[in-house]
Amino acid sequence: MTGRDELADDLAGDLADDLLALLLRIGDDHLILGHRLSEWCGHAPMLEEDLALPNMALDLIGTARMCYGYAAEIEGGGRGEDDYAFLRDGTDFRHMLMVERPNGDFAHTMLRQFLFAAWMHPLWDGLTGAPDARLADHAGKAVKEMAYHIRHSGEWVIRLGDGTAESARRMRAALDDLGPYIGEMFESDDTAARLVAAGLLPDPAAVRVAFDSTVARTFTMAQLPPLEISTGISGGRAGRHGEALGHLLAEMQFMQRAYPGLTW
Amino acid sequence: MVAARDIDRDIGGDDMLADIRRIAESVPDPELVVVNVGDLGIIRDLRRDGHAVEIDVTPTYSACPATLAIELAIETAVAAQGHEARVRRVLAPAWTTDWITPAGRAKLKQAGIAPPSPRGDGNGGHDYFARPQVACPRCDSLDTTELSAFGATACKAQYRCLSCHEPFDYFKCL
Ligand SMILES: [Zn+2]
Repeated sequence: MTGRDELADDLAGDLADDLLALLLRIGDDHLILGHRLSEWCGHAPMLEEDLALPNMALDLIGTARMCYGYAAEIEGGGRGEDDYAFLRDGTDFRHMLMVERPNGDFAHTMLRQFLFAAWMHPLWDGLTGAPDARLADHAGKAVKEMAYHIRHSGEWVIRLGDGTAESARRMRAALDDLGPYIGEMFESDDTAARLVAAGLLPDPAAVRVAFDSTVARTFTMAQLPPLEISTGISGGRAGRHGEALGHLLAEMQFMQRAYPGLTW
Repeated sequence: MVAARDIDRDIGGDDMLADIRRIAESVPDPELVVVNVGDLGIIRDLRRDGHAVEIDVTPTYSACPATLAIELAIETAVAAQGHEARVRRVLAPAWTTDWITPAGRAKLKQAGIAPPSPRGDGNGGHDYFARPQVACPRCDSLDTTELSAFGATACKAQYRCLSCHEPFDYFKCL
């Protein structure tokens, strides 16, 4: 413990549960997307991207580690960050469905990264002033990382969307595939509403305005049609996931499942 | 905390702390050996704690693999000089590249790595596609171009100078 005034120390029970839920939602989003990006290592279309994708994955996994470490302290049950990542079953994960989608082609991966970062950037921005030192401090770092991800992936969205007939076709196909999963970012529930009231989540309407503006500006340059967000497919926050997650976990968790208690 | 007489017995006064700080600050960054821990500005404080000295260190990047290595290297270096040290990881306030000292920036430049721009180069703001103005560490030309947004370590991007044509690393601003 650092001795700073962490909100969890004197939180009412319900809010501590809500904060725990938030940390698992954010942590799982970042871990699963980080794992997907790491799958590109050695397979990227060019050397610069073979550096870029694992670098971005590292940023995401850094955030997941912060979330799980903090969650473990709140939970106080002796679990550590590795237990959250490697020893939970699919139905225990709380990420949104978009991040578990298989990578598809490079256009698909870059569009997903762009949409995710365009959503997380204003979310972290709003959390920099959160009344919880741990969350606020991390937000200060993460907001810069997400700005960098937006720049990198957004430039690819523009280059491919406004590129050749083939690259434009692929970027539009990626948008068709990912479109139904975007709505889950902006879903709310009782947990989220209490967190917003406590200042532990920014106002979803403000996040949406920032997201829309980033997407609109980029899509215009990319010659992509305006984004229309429908209700779409959801269930990730309640632990209802697709088949893709099972395959992902089988690979990601293999080592710790096969050799329980393994340390490096 | 321990009583003052215990401190006097266990460990010397301010001279000793200054000594330990100097030892800790001289530890090189394992991924960027031209700069040391002092140059990065990551030692925030240190204090006596019984027999040991507690050293507050703030990690640079959130997932920097060097974080643990740096912490261990500091403890080892201080122990090698006969003192017991314990590193305390302090996350707030978050490190920024603004904490790199002028001496650290000069060492980076001398090693052919362009030091980070002052903050506000697009990484924290909302003009996501803005680029920082990066000067070539060899000829100081501002006519440079980004080759790769990501480099050999999490903290660097790759650039090329269009005046002297040399490629170089840019220490990304955070
Ligand atoms: Zn030059």
